Amino acid sequence: MITAAHYLALSAILFFIGATGVVTRRNLIVIFMSIEIMLNAANLAFVAAAAILGKMDGQTIVFFVMTVAAAEAAVGLAVMIALFRNVETVKADEVGALRW
Amino acid sequence: MFYPLAAVTVVSALAVITARNPVRSAMALVATLASLAVCFVALGAHLVAALQIIVYAGAVMVLFLFVIMLLNVQEDPHEGGRTGLKVAAAAIGAALAALFGTVLLRGGGSVEGAWPAGFGTTRALARVLFGDYLVAFELTSVLLLVAVVGAVVLARHDSDESDPGEVEEPQ
Repeated sequence: MITAAHYLALSAILFFIGATGVVTRRNLIVIFMSIEIMLNAANLAFVAAAAILGKMDGQTIVFFVMTVAAAEAAVGLAVMIALFRNVETVKADEVGALRW
Repeated sequence: MFYPLAAVTVVSALAVITARNPVRSAMALVATLASLAVCFVALGAHLVAALQIIVYAGAVMVLFLFVIMLLNVQEDPHEGGRTGLKVAAAAIGAALAALFGTVLLRGGGSVEGAWPAGFGTTRALARVLFGDYLVAFELTSVLLLVAVVGAVVLARHDSDESDPGEVEEPQ
């Protein structure tokens, strides 16, 4: 019997796949995609919670998460273009000008 | 139906973080997002599933692919380094995923079939969105406006020489 709890477990697995990607990869674009996986795992948890509770609030929050993720992607990729224009790289460990 | 779907989702998500070529990562991410949309349908969220395809698999992924190809990001021959660190990170991630997954699997409930009439429809979502969450909705529109203006300002190419933002010349 598949319950909404199975989808909650799937969202946990997806979240930690995304977190592992953020920690291990050095390409900023791939790190960005891993963040999108984490956001989508949170969305899946919200939708599963809405299905468990039988209320629409969870799905409404997903709407806001999607909007914020789209805004984040637009600004983040613009930052990446500006970064590439200045230092000619998108590797996270080659951008150390602010490191102390 | 759930287990093949979950398998496709997890495998494509793993492909995103393991592929050397960023374009392959993006394609695997499209597969992840599409299978998540199927999960949303299975959970009764039909409008959210449609938005997932349109906004994520459509708009956001086009943005990603555009930036990948604009910057001409190549496969990274050095990405394979630091193997011990990566194995440790993967082990910790798998352990945490197993822990959280088990806890959520045991604790969650199921009321499938007991949803109120019209659950997940556009009408039901719009009633909540433009009722309880009206202020948040309006603030979201302001956020999107700020994001668009910010993205244009950041990505704009300054052709004039008086550029205070340029800190470091590329070597």
